[in-house]
Amino acid sequence: MTAALTAAPGAGPVRLRATASDRIAWLALGAVALLLLVFLAAPLLALLLQSVQDPKGAFVGLANFASYARSPTLWQSLWNSLWVSTLVTIVVVPAAFVFAYALTRSCMPGKALLRGITLIPLLAPTLLSAISLIYWFGNQGVLKEWLQVLGIRQIYGAPGIVLAEIFAVFPHALMILVTALSAADARLYEAADALGTSATRKFLTITLPGAKYGLISASLVVFTLVITDFGIPKVIGGNFNVLATDVFKLVIGQQDFQRGAVVALLLLAPAVLTYAVDHLVQRRQTAMLGVRAVPLKPRRAPLFDTLMTAYCVVVAALMLAMLGMTVFASFASFWPYNLKPSLRHYQMGLFDAEFGEGFVNSLRMAAGTAVFGTALVFLGAYLLEKTRAPALLGSGVRLLAMLPMAVPGLVLGLGYIFFFNEPTNPLNPLYQTMTMLTLCTIVHFYTTGHLTAVTALKALDSEFEAVAASMKVPFWTTLRRVTLPLCTPTLIDIARYFFVNAMTTISAVVFLYSPETKVASIAILNLDEAGEIGAAAACATLIFAASAVATTVFWLLARLVERRTQAWKHGT
Amino acid sequence: MTPYLRLQGVVKRFGSFTALHGIDLAIERGEFVCFLGPSGCGKTTLLRVVAGLEAQSAGRIEQAGRDISTLAPAQRDYGIVFQSYALFPNLNVADNVAYGLVNRRTPKAQARERVAELLRLVGLPGTEAKYPSQLSGGQQQRIALARALATSPGLLLLDEPLSALDAIVRVHLRQEIRSLQRTLGVTTIMVTHDQEEALSVADRIVVMNHGVIEQVGTPEEVYREPATPFVADFVGRVNVLAAQALHDGRLRIGATVCEHAATGLPAAGGALQVYLRPEDVAVAASAGDFGAGASNVVPATLDKLEFLGAYCLARLAAPAVAEQGLTAVISPHFVTEHALAPGRELALRLRPERLRVFGAAAAPA
Repeated sequence: MTAALTAAPGAGPVRLRATASDRIAWLALGAVALLLLVFLAAPLLALLLQSVQDPKGAFVGLANFASYARSPTLWQSLWNSLWVSTLVTIVVVPAAFVFAYALTRSCMPGKALLRGITLIPLLAPTLLSAISLIYWFGNQGVLKEWLQVLGIRQIYGAPGIVLAEIFAVFPHALMILVTALSAADARLYEAADALGTSATRKFLTITLPGAKYGLISASLVVFTLVITDFGIPKVIGGNFNVLATDVFKLVIGQQDFQRGAVVALLLLAPAVLTYAVDHLVQRRQTAMLGVRAVPLKPRRAPLFDTLMTAYCVVVAALMLAMLGMTVFASFASFWPYNLKPSLRHYQMGLFDAEFGEGFVNSLRMAAGTAVFGTALVFLGAYLLEKTRAPALLGSGVRLLAMLPMAVPGLVLGLGYIFFFNEPTNPLNPLYQTMTMLTLCTIVHFYTTGHLTAVTALKALDSEFEAVAASMKVPFWTTLRRVTLPLCTPTLIDIARYFFVNAMTTISAVVFLYSPETKVASIAILNLDEAGEIGAAAACATLIFAASAVATTVFWLLARLVERRTQAWKHGT
Repeated sequence: MTPYLRLQGVVKRFGSFTALHGIDLAIERGEFVCFLGPSGCGKTTLLRVVAGLEAQSAGRIEQAGRDISTLAPAQRDYGIVFQSYALFPNLNVADNVAYGLVNRRTPKAQARERVAELLRLVGLPGTEAKYPSQLSGGQQQRIALARALATSPGLLLLDEPLSALDAIVRVHLRQEIRSLQRTLGVTTIMVTHDQEEALSVADRIVVMNHGVIEQVGTPEEVYREPATPFVADFVGRVNVLAAQALHDGRLRIGATVCEHAATGLPAAGGALQVYLRPEDVAVAASAGDFGAGASNVVPATLDKLEFLGAYCLARLAAPAVAEQGLTAVISPHFVTEHALAPGRELALRLRPERLRVFGAAAAPA
């Protein structure tokens, strides 16, 4: 009898019948996929197509690349971009490494404050540091002579770009390196101590190898951020051409879309490389720290701690000097002759230069990005992690979610022009609207939000959904009653990230605004172009203030949630 | 009468790895069945297939006469408890237990009543307002059990429910689960890698290895009459002795001709293996103590003594039957009465009726 029963009924793999709630989950994931296809994949494809077409749309192969390669300006810009980015990387990574080392391995006082200060550059558009440098070392700068002592003729050009970028990208490198250095296993150091190993040898054989992937990752991220940054070279670059400003000049100035697309693809290369290497590195990094590792607690060492404190105080002071100068100058009546505080620049910026409207637009865009971006990112991550998505759809969305990391804002913005500005595109009415600016910003910063959500969801017990299904509870009920409440701190974190980045972003939106939808960071660029650097400083200060207030509000919100969930989290 | 749960030719492949090779199994209504095996043997995969959390690659599953092979988890009828408990940390005990009731639009008062009843059943009355993090591991496990039983499912699935608990709680809770199951009469499948746990609670044990079922039987059958060398080895301790079949139907174990009760031995001369549990090796101070003419008696030398509380394990050298020596269970009284110490000359007897004989093909002979 058994033999008869063993015969498998039917051929092919068994598929479980889909329930109504399965179908709803697939539909929702399909919607996320569609959104990412239209607002990420399609624009990138349009950009690729543009680079192999002539202005009339005929296929010309690599002719655009060839003609561009023949122009000497390209080679100059390429060389400029490369050496500036390399120099910044060489300076920033060791500097941030020492700072991260002090934060993780010393008993330095005031760690939270020092770390907080280094995050300042994240709260303002990158060009804030460029504006500050102009006040410090520009033609009318207070420390102009210092530059000449060093043999630098003027701050405009490469020196300004390098200095400003160092400040702007420092927090990015620091965050990666702090993470890398935090993942230390105390047992390794104890074993080394037991064997009587010298401090230098411990550093070379345990610390550095442990942070190796962090260092690689930080270097690549810094290099990519610098080479694709647009705001700083625009403000302080003078006649020093780099690839990022070339794209802008070609597309906006000369309407040469084809060559613009070629340069954009050049900018895509380092970002894609960074993405690929980072992906590999991340995989190894997770394997570094076993489950049973004992976290390292730094021990007091007076001399070392003092040295580290001194270094970090100097770095923090420089950060504050950067921010402080912009703030100070924004209140000065007439730099450098009359430094009496006044609101002249604010008045001018807010009312005469339409910055006020831009500021409101920025707030609208940031709020929209925070609300819809968080919802979209979380929904996508939830459906991927917690529902039985069809394999193809699932891996498709996963890929699309990781893609924005490898796409610089300039490239994305350019893709949007090519795709949405096409009159035959049914989505053309969206072009230059607030909706599109918001969607573009969400897509631009999608990956970090996605990864944050995925990490939080993976930390939840994977059997919640199985238990719920056994009780015939549909997934949306469990999402509402369990998953969302458990992930609230993460949601707040993602919303804060979206908000602040939407406030400060320039690179993608610079191609996409109309007079009605001009955002604050763009208004700063325009003010600077018009020579109104005082008003530009005032506006940068306002953006910084808005980001700082928003960060504080999000932080308070997180505290409130933490307090309300105290009961079930800590069992008291 | 048809069984309550019937698995026919269930195969599960993960890529090129086959986790389950055509599992056939029938479970009666009200039975408590344990899936027992080492990690990676497929027992958890089999449970997840029954639950619909994994789709089998081939095969058919019937529950209460209904084909559930292709049903999604929510369309099947079972309650489940995981090793991690998977209690919702942000919901209190009452909300956790009532989680499945709320969905069935059970009136509030009735749901409250049911929660109180279930909490009494698992021995935690009055804990409604507590959060999981305020409970011990054992208490959380009981709440998970109450939640799984709340909707009165026809089948209770327990995935290593006790392995995260410490030893004393584990022993206590497994008896509670057993008596609860008896009270409710709910058909239950428990996955475990702990043979003692399986022996103590199950009506029947399904011993699995490498994705196949090695033996299905009551705890006594599985322990006393292991169907394969693997079962003998995995469930309890065992001595493995090399042997040969003789023309007169007897066995030669080592250099000694032995009596036995095994049937269907192969033709004389074939190499065999004899499996014998340590408690089936009788030990005496001298051969005479077994009575005159007792069979299967050989001299032995005490090598090592391991004191384990209620009993002792004696490692014996007995070159007449075992080149590698063998292990016997002796009582601590015997040890003190005879002032045993390593090097002591003893006698041992291999109980003929307890010898399990396996051929080279690893099938019971």
